[in-house]
Amino acid sequence: MNIFLVLTFSGVALGAIYFLAASGLSLIYGLMDVLNFAHGLFMTLGAYAGYEVATRLPSSLGAPTLIILAIIGATLGGGLAAGITELILIRPLYGKPISQILITIGLDLAVVGLLMGGFGSTALQIPVPLWLIEPTHIGGLYLPNANFLAIGGGAVVLAGLEWFLSRTRYGIIIRAGVENREMVRALGIDVGRAFTLVFVIGGAMAGLAGMLYSIVFSGDLVSPSQGDSLLIFAFIVVVIGGLGSIRGSAVAALVVGLLQEYTSFYIGGHSGWAQIGDLSTVLLLAVVLEIRPRGLFGRVA
Amino acid sequence: MTNAIEISDLHVTIAGSHVLQGISLIVPSGGVTAILGRNGVGKTTTLRAILGLVASSGQIKVLDHEVSSWPTHRIVQLGIGYVPEDRDVFSGLTVEQNLRLAESSATVQYDEVFSLFPELKKRGRQRAGTLSGGQQQMLSIARALLNSRPLLLVDEPSKGLAPKLVGEFAGVLERAAEHSTVLLVEQNLSVVRRLAQRIVVLDHGEVVHRGEARDLDDPTLVRQLLGVAGAA
Repeated sequence: MNIFLVLTFSGVALGAIYFLAASGLSLIYGLMDVLNFAHGLFMTLGAYAGYEVATRLPSSLGAPTLIILAIIGATLGGGLAAGITELILIRPLYGKPISQILITIGLDLAVVGLLMGGFGSTALQIPVPLWLIEPTHIGGLYLPNANFLAIGGGAVVLAGLEWFLSRTRYGIIIRAGVENREMVRALGIDVGRAFTLVFVIGGAMAGLAGMLYSIVFSGDLVSPSQGDSLLIFAFIVVVIGGLGSIRGSAVAALVVGLLQEYTSFYIGGHSGWAQIGDLSTVLLLAVVLEIRPRGLFGRVA
Repeated sequence: MTNAIEISDLHVTIAGSHVLQGISLIVPSGGVTAILGRNGVGKTTTLRAILGLVASSGQIKVLDHEVSSWPTHRIVQLGIGYVPEDRDVFSGLTVEQNLRLAESSATVQYDEVFSLFPELKKRGRQRAGTLSGGQQQMLSIARALLNSRPLLLVDEPSKGLAPKLVGEFAGVLERAAEHSTVLLVEQNLSVVRRLAQRIVVLDHGEVVHRGEARDLDDPTLVRQLLGVAGAA
């Protein structure tokens, strides 16, 4: 029972990271029909921005302050990279899906290559405070503290996004734009500005996801290809949850995170088949696509 | 400003089909000008071309600005309220949020809109997708009237509505036309007779008749232009 609870806790934490990675992707596709293959790059760049902040600022600030600044830096770095990408590369290519896919894949390959050239292809260690490495002892369970960070981050972003999308004017513009872009324009609203904003928000969440993934599930390591492996699961979560639905992404991310943890331990642990967690996710995707092609919360196309 | 809209030699091609074939028309400021014609002759496309929602060639002058190459939001910001053919309310948003999206300036007239459509005030928190067709049309018209606009483009407001509602909406548009220029696309001739001073008839992407609304009193002309009995 204890093992089940610990697995559940870490499955929720993994789900929180997947949610952060997927929600930006889902928003960007939902509003702009842009299948953004550079989303993994934004996660990687966020993690590297966090690494730079954590290692370049004076250590006299103390490890807890440094890691908080690093997480903020990762979020800002991801948002900045995404905003620049939208303005320079995506903007001229709206309505050209093949070109968008090619240019975002190309950008990903090129910048990951640059990162390897600049930082080396081996993983780099982010200095983290001791607290993040230790577990907390609750009711006979030892729960990794880093998991609390992931779950907290996911919950804050989910609540923040829900608030933004339902209460603010820009949030309402974005939701209306997902439904009927043309009519938003016909109300005199410049949808282009909303597009850039969505990219920045999506990129910021990707940067945060990349950083938290490093801290929580990757032994505080950042590497040039980490975003791309996370991107695969982000895509799966988006498709299961339904394109454009934030709540759908949240639910699907939790399901995928838990499924991976349970199957990796209960099946993989006994059989030694480590990849069963990933396989179960793909099987779930296949089942959802078969039964409900538009995803759990997706709109009818 | 004597004319709200001046269009000359407007061409639109959609998916290989030459929908508008050199339309020229003038909408004078004030009152209601109606565009009539059979289904598929380019009435809706004309409105969409004015708003820059479809690519077109030719000259379009709206409220004294040459807008042919402008993006839609800039054209609308000149002061246009638009009621599209299929209402196009945002079904995932509440009534309040739909209206909030339409706010464009300090001149929002919620009192005015809610006195025209008290139903919308009651249903502020209801999702627009769950409204009836008539209520969605109220919302669509309310969106266009929320800001004080010099020009209203209204596309088939009576389509698919019960006669009682058609009369109600005609009354609302009649009041709106007291201080705005209205360009109305409408198939319901009794609505056109009630509201419009001037008519433009399209056929096969061309203007085949320009005149006064009273031209519709001539049954022969109506049958010839629209292929319907004049007594509708």
